[in-house]
Amino acid sequence: MMLMTTAESLVITSEAIAIQPVPMLTGVKSFGDINDDVAKPLESFPTWRWWAVFSMAIAAFVIGLALATKMFTTGMGVLGINHPVGWGVFIVNFVFWVGIGHAGTLISAILFLFRQRWRTAINRAAEAMTIFAVMTALIFPVIHTGRPWYAVFWLLPLPNERGLWVNFRSPLLWDVFAVGTYFTISLVFWFVGMIPDIASVRDRAKHKIRKFIYSVLSLGWNGSNKNWRHYEAAYLLLAGLSTPLVLSVHSIVSFDFAVSNVPGWHTTIFPPYFVAGAIFSGFAMVVTLLVITREVFNLKSYITIGHLEKMNKVIMATGLMVGYAYACEFFIAWYSGNSFERFTFINRAFGPYWWAYWTMATCNVLIPQVFWWKKARTSLPVMFVISLFVNVGMWFERFVITVTSLHRDFLPSSWKYYIPTIYDWGITLGSFGWFFIWFLLFCRFLPIMAMAEVKGTMASHVNTNGGEKMAREAAGHA
Amino acid sequence: MRSAKNVERLCGVVGYFSDPETLLKVMPRIRDFNFCDFDAYSPYPIHGLDSAQGLKRSPIPYITFVAGLTGATLAFIFQYWTSVVDWPLNVGGKPLNSWPAFVPIIFEVTILFAGLTTFAAMLLFNGLPDFKRKRIDPAVTRDKFAIFISAPRSASEEKLSAEKGFRSFNEKEVKNIFSSLGAMEIKNIYEDGRG
Repeated sequence: MMLMTTAESLVITSEAIAIQPVPMLTGVKSFGDINDDVAKPLESFPTWRWWAVFSMAIAAFVIGLALATKMFTTGMGVLGINHPVGWGVFIVNFVFWVGIGHAGTLISAILFLFRQRWRTAINRAAEAMTIFAVMTALIFPVIHTGRPWYAVFWLLPLPNERGLWVNFRSPLLWDVFAVGTYFTISLVFWFVGMIPDIASVRDRAKHKIRKFIYSVLSLGWNGSNKNWRHYEAAYLLLAGLSTPLVLSVHSIVSFDFAVSNVPGWHTTIFPPYFVAGAIFSGFAMVVTLLVITREVFNLKSYITIGHLEKMNKVIMATGLMVGYAYACEFFIAWYSGNSFERFTFINRAFGPYWWAYWTMATCNVLIPQVFWWKKARTSLPVMFVISLFVNVGMWFERFVITVTSLHRDFLPSSWKYYIPTIYDWGITLGSFGWFFIWFLLFCRFLPIMAMAEVKGTMASHVNTNGGEKMAREAAGHA
Repeated sequence: MRSAKNVERLCGVVGYFSDPETLLKVMPRIRDFNFCDFDAYSPYPIHGLDSAQGLKRSPIPYITFVAGLTGATLAFIFQYWTSVVDWPLNVGGKPLNSWPAFVPIIFEVTILFAGLTTFAAMLLFNGLPDFKRKRIDPAVTRDKFAIFISAPRSASEEKLSAEKGFRSFNEKEVKNIFSSLGAMEIKNIYEDGRG
């Protein structure tokens, strides 16, 4: 067994391919290699590329922070919102970022329950993205209140001197609970998944301070089977709890619109339509980030073209669902016979904001059709560009829903064309900076792949023995 | 100069096995020897090892269920109390106890309670966080598969385990068992972690 011949290793490789149509890891890797490869960016000084992107993120964040400070000291009038468009770019950004934050938990929880083992290479990074996207999203409704230092009394049921409670019948309050719970549980799920990997990093740390920090974060994990037993039960339960949670969050976000009686918002299709859109945009963001991450951190043998192709298939499927929802909304607007509804939808596509509508439709429905071709699904430049288009398209979807439904009020005298100001755009830019600061720090300090899980999905033939080195060389020559 | 072997207490003996399959095959035989305290160490969870080791199913699911029910009940009671008892407010002519509108928050609080309790229960059952506890070998979080048989910590513990009918720990015997089961490497583990 110790001396694995070239022929044997080739047999194993072909067996692995026979079981798994798309190999989950390219090249034969040993368990130890996984630790070395994943821990490498954590143990070396960041490259100039990391510093370059990090400085850009900081710069973007500082711009947003400066403009937000000016907004707080001057007043909400610096923004583009006014009657009748009271929900502008801030609410668009909130829905956009919460939507982005859906992919991580979908990948980590739902694909876990469906035993989709390919998720192991990408779930950690996707979950991290979820956490940071929700952290970014949460900023917007809070600063949208205008005086965020009071927001805690408006958002949470806290006892106060007037004895009033928050309105539990309001979807805006449901949203506070939904997004708050989602953030908390996603964070716990992410952290629980990371405990064994942080322990791995701890056990190979040489520097005293590194060892101390990772020791604290790993909580003293020792990898014993008595611990794995409870760990696995807890992980499965958290996955089971996160699955209905992730579906509920964007449903409840859609209630913010659907429970009102504004034409263009008041539709029953919103919850599934929003959830599909969230998965669509979230997967696009994961592809955007992973195409770069695998390149920069040299994880090409873990995050393979096979993984990315699967992601692209999901993007195409959810893109079609979103396209169906767009068509369905128009059909119902006509079929309902409601003249307000009909007006709103014709106005959406052919009114003053026609450009936003057709940007959305082109980016979300037309462009992802390229993924019908396998060549496009497996080409890195193509998928990168398409994922950017989807990100843009999904931002515009929320813009279209929010703004076009409001700007033509019931009274034509109050109609108004909403134009975001430099403050809206600057704070939006700042939110991207904030998101990327966290993501880049994550890539630098925490294991970006679920090492323990990847090991669990590997063929057990390939492990600690000396034989795999030869096998790897053989695979390299083949 | 004091010799580690003489002064430091022996914690137990660890045997390394080549792969998880071997661990699965060996574990029931180790179990049959009826030692008081033994455990497997691996870089990832190995399915089937729990039953091979004679471990029962984790009780966490029951705790999660109860926590979820508690969350649901508290969320409903709180919304009912604020809307009907503490400050009844007529909103759009709807009944004070307009329970369908309370459902989303009941759901979210159910998940919140269940999730956080699951996490807390996992930490509790695993004795985490514990920064001082013995770690067999740093390599078990990397690529080693090991079985560890503990030595009794004191004479009274030894007596107690003998009364319960467990096999008494004998360093030589344990080493023989490991080597007869095909361990690749066998090591003593001492109090301060040196092997």
